[in-house]
Amino acid sequence: MSGHHVSHHVAPKSLYYLIFALLMIGTAVTVIVAYFDLGAFNNVVMLTIACTKALLVVLYFMHVRWGTRLTWVVAASGFVWLLIMFGFTLSDYLTRGWVGGTLR
Amino acid sequence: MSDGYPQAPSVGLPGRVSIQAPGNPHDEQSSAHPHHPKLQHHFDDMGQQAEASTLGMWVFLVTEIMFFGGLFLAYLVYRTQNPMAFQEASAHLSWKLGAFNTAVLIFSSLTMALAVRSAQTSESRGTQVFWLVTTMILGATFLGVKVIEYSEKFAHNNVPGPNFVWDGQYPAGAEIFYSLYFCMTGLHALHMVIGLGIMTVIAIMAWRRQFNTEYFTPVEITGLYWHFVDIVWIFLFPLLYLIGRHYGGH
Repeated sequence: MSGHHVSHHVAPKSLYYLIFALLMIGTAVTVIVAYFDLGAFNNVVMLTIACTKALLVVLYFMHVRWGTRLTWVVAASGFVWLLIMFGFTLSDYLTRGWVGGTLR
Repeated sequence: MSDGYPQAPSVGLPGRVSIQAPGNPHDEQSSAHPHHPKLQHHFDDMGQQAEASTLGMWVFLVTEIMFFGGLFLAYLVYRTQNPMAFQEASAHLSWKLGAFNTAVLIFSSLTMALAVRSAQTSESRGTQVFWLVTTMILGATFLGVKVIEYSEKFAHNNVPGPNFVWDGQYPAGAEIFYSLYFCMTGLHALHMVIGLGIMTVIAIMAWRRQFNTEYFTPVEITGLYWHFVDIVWIFLFPLLYLIGRHYGGH
């Protein structure tokens, strides 16, 4: 990250093609796995692949891989706050039936 | 810069804090290196300006994550309460059209990345505009497929409201699913439309030879926005189209 004018890393085109191929393969695997009934595991596979694809886009297409530490922190904070929102909300909704007479 | 305020260290750039020797005003330094015409006066150099813009865009994208996050949270809560209804309703979406659109959008992210790269490496304006226009055509293709999908839902009265018709087992839950479907994909499509508008401006700027190795921040920022919209769809596609596939999707 030094240099007075160009502070951006130029990624080779081949890297972009590789990321594109991985994203397409991820999509194909998601579609194929969805065809089989794996119970709750369907969601695990689907979301794991989706998160991996999102990570590839963020790191390479969005250049965070070569970004400043501050960019890393800001980008990560978005997902951290999202998880806090999900976690706190679901800790209510998913536990309502646990104590007798408190459902709904 | 020479107005007597203490100079703040540049954000995010360790090692960039310039220590000035006494009697060496900042102006002298900048007169030695002539300003790039796109350098705004409150930045030290083009690199700092580019990083500030990128950081600002990321802060905006964090608010966008939370914006869409609210809808994803609503989806999560209602799906845990109506799991079977969501599967049944999802099976009535065409996973083929959804998968096609996912491929189109991923392809458009590749062409957008190549558009940014072509500006970054000072390629000809023809090359820059080519990648931008290709990205726009792919974005328009996505929206065209969305129109087909929406009109099919309208034709079958599967749109939530007083005229909602559902011949499955779970009409109430299916109506909730389709409310979320139209909100989430609608908000996503709105972002695509805005993206196409931004890209029109960027393509015109590229045609006027505005972008090169020294200055391509607007293309970079537009790329960040477009890739973000792609990421939202990466999650929307499986959550909306695929949860009922093993249940008898078509």
